[in-house]
Amino acid sequence: MVEAEVLEERIRAGLGVVSHLVVKDLTGTKDHWEALVVAPAFVGKTPIEQHQMVYAALGELMAGPVHALALKTYSPESWAKQEG
Amino acid sequence: MDDTVRDRIKSIIESNEVVLFMKGTKHFPQCGFSATVVEVLRRSGSDFQDVNVLEDPAIRQGIKEFANWPTIPQLYVRGKFVGGCDIIRDLYEKGELEAVLSATQD
Repeated sequence: MVEAEVLEERIRAGLGVVSHLVVKDLTGTKDHWEALVVAPAFVGKTPIEQHQMVYAALGELMAGPVHALALKTYSPESWAKQEG
Repeated sequence: MDDTVRDRIKSIIESNEVVLFMKGTKHFPQCGFSATVVEVLRRSGSDFQDVNVLEDPAIRQGIKEFANWPTIPQLYVRGKFVGGCDIIRDLYEKGELEAVLSATQD
């Protein structure tokens, strides 16, 4: 189990600037999460690299407290298109 | 991860065109994320080798280090890591998964 605020802090700390971040507890049990992350650091990175950057930011949390994490990652530009 | 485990993983992904490391089997997935990937692979008409990490703790841990990817399922096509559930589902929804699965080797 882990608090949403902790996940948000770690993601922000790991990625530098984060333009949009939504962390959702999918099951109400604080261990199955979904994260939507929009960050300039994702520009020019493949989806695999983008997800690896988020996993790296969360570090050891991925090895226990977080059982599942559905990830949606966007650069600011691709996010704008998605919203468009 | 010790070399034995790394070699076993390498040998699995090198001897199978399409391999899914998953929880459960393709006929009986034991995790929603694994089940999702099995389903989109089926819909894409791809035959694939399943590796049930729940039956092999060494592979279960080793595969996370192998691709620097802390979650399961993991899909490999012709020796290359393609992604986890979210990426594979995205490729499928964009209509790009079949191309990834069927692309001829360079």
